[in-house]
Amino acid sequence: MRAPIAGIALAVGLAAAGLLSLRAHAASNPQVVTIKLPATTVDFKPGPNVATAQTNCLICHGADYVYNQPALSRTQWTAEVNKMRNAYKATIADGDVDKIVDYLMSANGKT
Amino acid sequence: MTQSRRRFLASAAATGTLVASGSAAIAAGGFVDLPMTNGRRPLAKFPQKRELIVQSTRPPILETPFNVFDGSELTPNDAFYVRWHLAGVPDTVDLGTFRLNVGGLVAMPLTFTVDQLRRDFPATEVVAVNQCSGNSRGFFAPRVAGGEWANGGMGNARWRGVRLKDLLTKAGVGASAKQVRFTGLDHGVLPATPQFMKALDINFATNPDIIVAYDMNGAPLPLLNGFPVRLIVPGWFATYWVKMLANIEVIDHVDDNFWMKTAYRIPDTPGNTVTPDQTGYPTIPINTLRVRSFVTNFADGDKLPAGVQTVRGIAFDSGRGIKTVELSSDGGATWMPAILGRDLGPYSFRKWQIAWTPPGAGPYTLACRATTNSGETQTNVPVWNPSGYLRSNIETYKVTV
Repeated sequence: MRAPIAGIALAVGLAAAGLLSLRAHAASNPQVVTIKLPATTVDFKPGPNVATAQTNCLICHGADYVYNQPALSRTQWTAEVNKMRNAYKATIADGDVDKIVDYLMSANGKT
Repeated sequence: MTQSRRRFLASAAATGTLVASGSAAIAAGGFVDLPMTNGRRPLAKFPQKRELIVQSTRPPILETPFNVFDGSELTPNDAFYVRWHLAGVPDTVDLGTFRLNVGGLVAMPLTFTVDQLRRDFPATEVVAVNQCSGNSRGFFAPRVAGGEWANGGMGNARWRGVRLKDLLTKAGVGASAKQVRFTGLDHGVLPATPQFMKALDINFATNPDIIVAYDMNGAPLPLLNGFPVRLIVPGWFATYWVKMLANIEVIDHVDDNFWMKTAYRIPDTPGNTVTPDQTGYPTIPINTLRVRSFVTNFADGDKLPAGVQTVRGIAFDSGRGIKTVELSSDGGATWMPAILGRDLGPYSFRKWQIAWTPPGAGPYTLACRATTNSGETQTNVPVWNPSGYLRSNIETYKVTV
């Protein structure tokens, strides 16, 4: 269903850096706090119109958001895509809505 | 060297404290299976966090593993859940340049550094549960779209900061004030995406329990929980607890921004519940927490040894305070009173425990039920609404002795 998050070679070194920063954090009130968020390791799996989905959806959120949903009906996925357009102002072309819904149905649809 | 870089180094040198708190470490292959369809989630360490359940990488949405709640009533900062709406979460906050603004319909607009908040106003503390409106959404039947939490979209902390009331009084609230609107530093990726903003009625905003917090469990807030300051609205769902709070604006109308007018609405129906095919009902902004209780040392499906068992858990409500917690071992037919733990205030998790001796081997359905000092109690009828809010029915745990 989804890509495993395994095999991140940097994990050990990054964990050590995390420990160091925790110690500094506890020492006193920090003046500047900087974090580095991890990159997503989940991508859209192949399917119809996957490029359209990648281009439009992944601007604002990760692919994991799609796979973590329960399987949704075509009506529900269409409502989600329209919410992204109308409420969150995603610049999805009229002709791309159905294509994206086709993709979402293939990825996590309930028929 | 750029000016901002010089300023950054100068401020770091002046205080001797620079946190480059870092780096994210994704655990090698760890995952959990939450008890719901499509419930597999990776585990990962995000900056300033221990390994948590990843609901979304971007924007970051992290769930607290439920066994954390079997520890202290106060959820450790590094285990505290995380939920952002928009991927534009600043990755750096510099207290040298950060300002909290109080403006809008006030006699005198004010601007504060965090040092000024710490120095110039009396500090106050409250222990309060912060729970996502959609906590436990993944257990809705039928399922609904959204952040598919199990029960770990919540936490309890000791928040320290200044009273919102004191800031508003200093600025001088105008006579035509209707609401106070709160905005953080986060933003959408697209400029047109509505910025996250929440509003409270002016009469409620001056409640002395509402604070602008700069400390969480005795330490600055983790960035992902809203460093440097966050609005604390005890007894209300977390959507109002605006993180990285930067603007407090007094307005003369009921706020009609997207996050108040369209999102985070609940049916204005009895119990705030509807049927999946129901339409045309009025809605209101989500507001106060509903009473809940959980077992923290057993999970559904556990096998228990014979003999006396200590069953432990937590309960909380919107601030009336927990009066009783009861445990049933027969699916809710009969109930036994639990012993309540220490009282950290009416908005806090309240621990409870009970010694239970199973009468023999076999399957049991444990259930826990909390009742508040005002008589609000849990029922076994789950709420349903299309956004997946307010889940609070009696929890059950099938165990085998």
